Amino acid sequence: MGNFQVKVQPKKYDAVIVGSGAGGGMAAYVLANAGLKVCLIEAGPNFNPAIDSKQLQNPWESPRRGASTKYRPFGDFDGCYWGWEIDGEPYTNDKDSNWEWWRARMVGGRTNHWGRISLRFGPKDFKRKSIDGLGDDWPIGYEDVKPYYDKIDKLLGVFGTNEGLVDDPDGIFLPPPKPRLHELMIQRSATKIGIPVIPSRLSILTKKINDTRGQCFYCAQCGRSCKIFADFSSSSALVLPAIATGNVDLVVNAMAREVLTNKDGLAIGVSYVNKEDMQEYQVMGRTVILGASACESARLLLNSKSPRHPNGLANSSDVVGKYLHDSTGADMGGIIPELFDRKRYNEDGVGGMHVYTPWWLDNKKLDFPRGYHIEYGGGFGMPLYGFQWGIENLNGTYKVKGKQKEAGGYGASLKEDYRYFFGSHVGMAGRGEAVARRDNYCEIDPAMVDVYGIPVLRFHTKYSEYEIKQAKHMKETFSEILHSMGAVITWGGDDGPENNYGLHAPGNIIHEAGTVRMGNDPKQSPLNKWAQAHDCKNLFNVDGGQFVSQGDKNITWTILALSMRTSEYIVDQLKKNNI
Amino acid sequence: MDRRKSLKVMVLGTVSSGLMLEACKTEDKKAILKKAPKVTAEKHPGLMKEEVKHLEEVNAYTYFTPEEMKTITILCDIIIPKDEVSGSASDAKVPEFIEFIVKDQPDNKVPMRGGLRWLDMQCLNRYQKSFAECNPKQQMEMVDEIAWPKKAKPEMKPGVKFFSLMRNLTATGFYTSEIGVKDVGYVGNTPNQWNGVPDGVLKQYGLAYTPKELKECISF
Repeated sequence: MGNFQVKVQPKKYDAVIVGSGAGGGMAAYVLANAGLKVCLIEAGPNFNPAIDSKQLQNPWESPRRGASTKYRPFGDFDGCYWGWEIDGEPYTNDKDSNWEWWRARMVGGRTNHWGRISLRFGPKDFKRKSIDGLGDDWPIGYEDVKPYYDKIDKLLGVFGTNEGLVDDPDGIFLPPPKPRLHELMIQRSATKIGIPVIPSRLSILTKKINDTRGQCFYCAQCGRSCKIFADFSSSSALVLPAIATGNVDLVVNAMAREVLTNKDGLAIGVSYVNKEDMQEYQVMGRTVILGASACESARLLLNSKSPRHPNGLANSSDVVGKYLHDSTGADMGGIIPELFDRKRYNEDGVGGMHVYTPWWLDNKKLDFPRGYHIEYGGGFGMPLYGFQWGIENLNGTYKVKGKQKEAGGYGASLKEDYRYFFGSHVGMAGRGEAVARRDNYCEIDPAMVDVYGIPVLRFHTKYSEYEIKQAKHMKETFSEILHSMGAVITWGGDDGPENNYGLHAPGNIIHEAGTVRMGNDPKQSPLNKWAQAHDCKNLFNVDGGQFVSQGDKNITWTILALSMRTSEYIVDQLKKNNI
Repeated sequence: MDRRKSLKVMVLGTVSSGLMLEACKTEDKKAILKKAPKVTAEKHPGLMKEEVKHLEEVNAYTYFTPEEMKTITILCDIIIPKDEVSGSASDAKVPEFIEFIVKDQPDNKVPMRGGLRWLDMQCLNRYQKSFAECNPKQQMEMVDEIAWPKKAKPEMKPGVKFFSLMRNLTATGFYTSEIGVKDVGYVGNTPNQWNGVPDGVLKQYGLAYTPKELKECISF
């Protein structure tokens, strides 16, 4: 350890931001454009979609034909580095807990590959306790966030339609793409049984919005990240423009270890380990902004103990790490015999569904308290690893060109079967709201550190009857839709009470939130309504950590809106010398 | 960027995607890209260094013996032979894909090696030869014992399981090759303008876009 020393970067910044995803990227963008000096720390390597994306590669250009690896759990072409496990960076679960933690390590974070589903929270989503008595209300309401939703709709671009739905508010939308064939079939059948199907709301540019970003050319590959920046990724739409101001120093491969504080308990900077040279560094700033992801930000706070903050930074409430929750999820799929032997044409469309179902029922009349929306998939996807895997379960069950065949087989007849069934699949996924609870939490594992010597997280999460009953309802709905459209269920149809109706493990839907929640009472919440720490006024959180609850909406658009709101507040407070 | 011009180029599909993307760049974007960070692994743009290392490790050795590869190739071409539409599995280099994927997903190693040996032992008992050494008639007799899961004899179960794995790996390798993508008729993965389901197809299924959709959705 003779050489062991900490290198302190001489430059003092207005803000040190940890994490370059939706929250951190937006903070860097707002602060840099306000003329403030920013140091943006990212735990992974650089990623510029224009250079690094695998968009438009053919399946045979991947030696594994797009199959997943631990480096890319969503497949070889996917635009996200790492996922469910990272070499050298473990985490643990308490017994009976099964949290699944997705971690991106790259500039732009997981926004490089996300589904671009960009849903505003509605007025009720901020006030759930007032409605059903569960969880807590936010200290802010829709009216506080609406101006920021409006601004990011314009700044980043989102398509959709104004439907006048109370809890799925209208926005400033680009035109959506027309539904695909299976989507029209879903629409026709679901509408008949009282389930609405409306144009989806995705942050993909069906029209050009500025000169730095292109217009969608319909390759369906947003998950790979877009080389012409026609979809929203923090890397392309926020971090690169922020760097272009000249006000941002981006430090990559920098794993934050601790938020540094002074004797008054104020944040003075961040210490990090450089993953390349394994040296220890410190970078100093007037404010520290955490956008490392809900769980990583909680971990960082809990690991930042000092005499003034003995329970971890911003944790006098003992609430940091608590109220951890994810979207619920359950899925089902099948085949549509009507679509066998389809005429071929390019139906790639945008990267994701063109229609979806917002929550349409009243929970007061149901046996579970919170709603869900439905996402749809199907059609002619690019053949990738796993293409029509298990044909032996299909080709003996349905007549092929009028002929009953024996299951399995080989040869020219088998080749005919693959052609016959291609494009007839349909799938649907429910994404719902779980009730945020104090006893679902992460904490520091007292006995384990990662390869950098940083104590790791241990999770304690479990679903309640609320979420299980919601999953049961999802499955009943999917089955009803599939039957009404003449589809045959081929997967997800056998789930029951023995496996919580196929309810995915918490964390699996990758909408982690709630660990550093905001609230007016410093005893009940680490942050105030500006996402500013009650215990440390120059410390902020801009990721999913600040969420009190997350509605049945994917959280990214709200992370962006809240990060912009908090960042404008920081600019104002710094100018007034209040922090 | 002259959007209309570049789209015409896209639709004709005569230029590489790289050129098309070049055409979409504006001066402002060029300026941003110039400031863009350096790519991590120059030899493999977009790959993490951990991925490059893994790829090198997988490619550094051969898993299947020449005899095993011979059997795999015969089985691949029985499953996907050349027909009037397209070539065979070996034309599409499916055996090479199987060699790679078994190393990349090592859980397949034992089922594949064990399945191949099981097959050879069956043939040895029946014909006193390994599968690859059997004549085509004998090979097909053997394959027919394991290719039909619902009517196979119970004692053939390990073979059925192995053949199903072979069928799935072969099909996945074939239909993700250039030959196979063309065969199955996937015509996407190219810049275009999505203007909805073609009229004839809408009619075929008794569907139509609503006036609301036609008004609100993007049209080209």
